[in-house]
Amino acid sequence: MTVERIEKIFLGLTAAMLLVFLGALFYSAFGMGMHLPDREGEILPSEVRNTPPFDDPGVREVGDNQYEVVLIGAAWSFTPREIRVPAGAEVTFIATTTDVIHGVHIEGTRLNFMLIPGQISKVTSTFREPGEHLMICHEYCGAGHHLMYGRVIVE
Amino acid sequence: MKNPTVASPEGFQLPDSQRRVIRWMIYLAFGALFIGIINGLGQALNYARVDILQYFPGMRNYYQGLTVHGVVNAIVFTFAFANGFLALTTSRALARPLNTPLLWAVLGTMVAGTLLAGYAMATGQASVLYTFYPPLLAHWSFYVGLALLVVSTWLTAILLFGALRGWRKENEGKRIPLMAFISVATYAMWTLASLGIAISVVGLLIPWSLGLIAHSDPLLSRTLFWYSGHPIVYFWLLPAYVSWYVMVPRQAGGTLFSDPLTRVVFIMFLLLSIPTGFHHQYTDPGISGGMKALHGVLTFGVFFPSMVTAFSVMYALEIGGRRRGGTGLANWFLKLDWKNPALVAQILAMLTFTLGGITGLINASYNLNQAIHNTAWVPGHFHMTVGSAVTMSFMGIAFWLIPYLNRQELVGRGLALVSQWVYFFGVLVMARGLISGGLDGMPRRTEMLEAPYSKPSWELAGMLTGLGGTLMFVGGMLFFAVLIATVLFGKKTDTPEDIPFTDTHQPPATTGWEVKLDSFRYWLIAAIVLILIAYGPFLAQYLPGNFTSTGYRFF
Repeated sequence: MTVERIEKIFLGLTAAMLLVFLGALFYSAFGMGMHLPDREGEILPSEVRNTPPFDDPGVREVGDNQYEVVLIGAAWSFTPREIRVPAGAEVTFIATTTDVIHGVHIEGTRLNFMLIPGQISKVTSTFREPGEHLMICHEYCGAGHHLMYGRVIVE
Repeated sequence: MKNPTVASPEGFQLPDSQRRVIRWMIYLAFGALFIGIINGLGQALNYARVDILQYFPGMRNYYQGLTVHGVVNAIVFTFAFANGFLALTTSRALARPLNTPLLWAVLGTMVAGTLLAGYAMATGQASVLYTFYPPLLAHWSFYVGLALLVVSTWLTAILLFGALRGWRKENEGKRIPLMAFISVATYAMWTLASLGIAISVVGLLIPWSLGLIAHSDPLLSRTLFWYSGHPIVYFWLLPAYVSWYVMVPRQAGGTLFSDPLTRVVFIMFLLLSIPTGFHHQYTDPGISGGMKALHGVLTFGVFFPSMVTAFSVMYALEIGGRRRGGTGLANWFLKLDWKNPALVAQILAMLTFTLGGITGLINASYNLNQAIHNTAWVPGHFHMTVGSAVTMSFMGIAFWLIPYLNRQELVGRGLALVSQWVYFFGVLVMARGLISGGLDGMPRRTEMLEAPYSKPSWELAGMLTGLGGTLMFVGGMLFFAVLIATVLFGKKTDTPEDIPFTDTHQPPATTGWEVKLDSFRYWLIAAIVLILIAYGPFLAQYLPGNFTSTGYRFF
């Protein structure tokens, strides 16, 4: 099999490009701490509202400039619907669903994660600027899916 | 061995009885696309906040239309076309007729599957979208219909492997003709890839929908779906690649450069298409970050054969353009035969696929995915892959395939050209709308018409989506006008025509390591090893699963 010189150059550049991209991604993940959701444990969907911490959904301060948001998705609303956190604080979302699959996207941020029945989702981020963001359910969850949203207010 | 692409370059005619079955498969494919495009118009206009779905007979809500749009376009259209088209290319390349009862069985299962799933969708009992994630619970006939559609692809795989086995017995020591090799490789990949969806549908969802088991495991079914759901993208794409590799060069007046490199590309797809599914689940809980990263790296790997393809196909086009008098750096491109609708459709398909590939790489980019996951960006991306690269290639192929199967001449060549240009500009405008909206948080799969929330920037994005989608609809309808006019009024021709295929500049070697490329057995084993590496650790950790979800009919 002969491969022409120009094709070798083309494929070499392709490989180099992919390696640079991968390097950047690994740096952003492990150097800058932008992680994806991981395994955080399981929960019985029918017992969500009786299982801590989901028996008390809402925002609470858990440490020095650290906040925890316990969030429940159910067709077709979020509990709580409105989340208020201070700018610059480290905010951890702990979330799950009581019925079908839902999604959470806080637009304008990289907070974007799925709620899967039986699984607990956990992500951490910081809102740097004060402002207001829509929190949208972005996974189809039935005829009222487009009604499911909330707000995050950064103060 | 003069011709490396097919066994019998002098010409082989498929028996009329088999031609007829394949014709009905192609009709089924385009019948599905017709319904899919009509529903697509309703979807695109939804983003422009124009409601036409209320005028659709029997349409209960937006999500029912979206389910129909996804299932008939992405499953019925693509499966029926691949089953018919690659059966034809394999038969032609090997110069052997196919097994007639099996060919009928493929058509029969497809029709039965389409009717069953169609019944459930039309009556509003299966508005669970194309991904049918449990615990949304559809009517059992929806799952049985989907299972039958998958079975039709397995029967096709048996058909193709059977033909190849027969050919090998009579041609010991010879290389598999290229066009047959790449067609069979496509089905080898998909047979392995479809196991996930088959296990989920047959083993978990059908018994669940019949009430035989009480609970589903949403994460397990979702993982099994995406085990098949990423390689299905290549199952859509590879029949178009078959055309791009061995047919487009001929239609452009060029030659495919390398036989061995083409085989290597299809083997890379067989190996790397499947162990990549977690890049659809980057934002899922319950799957470790390490496994997601592994799938991310492998997804970058599968970008490589597509880049080889970009080079090989452009090279072949350039040979064609220069033979037609093209000179200089880019002038050869203008010298291509821009009056041949079969060629033009596929060149335009390649152009949209360039953007589709780039956006796809962004989707696969680990944490960058969080910026666009489940936003309108995603349909923006895949309408430039399956929604145009694949669809326009299949429409382009139809411009010679329907006349070939019916022994007719194409009616309305000018209209055929117009249809493809309109569709091409339409998809670019629509993708521009969806992508810009998605970057600004506009969600996908959402009835924006009724949503109580909005952002000012979504206004323009939605308008462009609606405008582009309308253009795609017009282009699609012009295509169907050409197709129907050809079938009804196309002049009959008596001279036997052959399907268009190219020679290769660099023929297959008959000695040395290249011969080993033809051993599907080894590649299948290697593919299975990669799958075990990619999915084994997750399954070992996760099984026996978390079956705790009862079903919901929220539609």
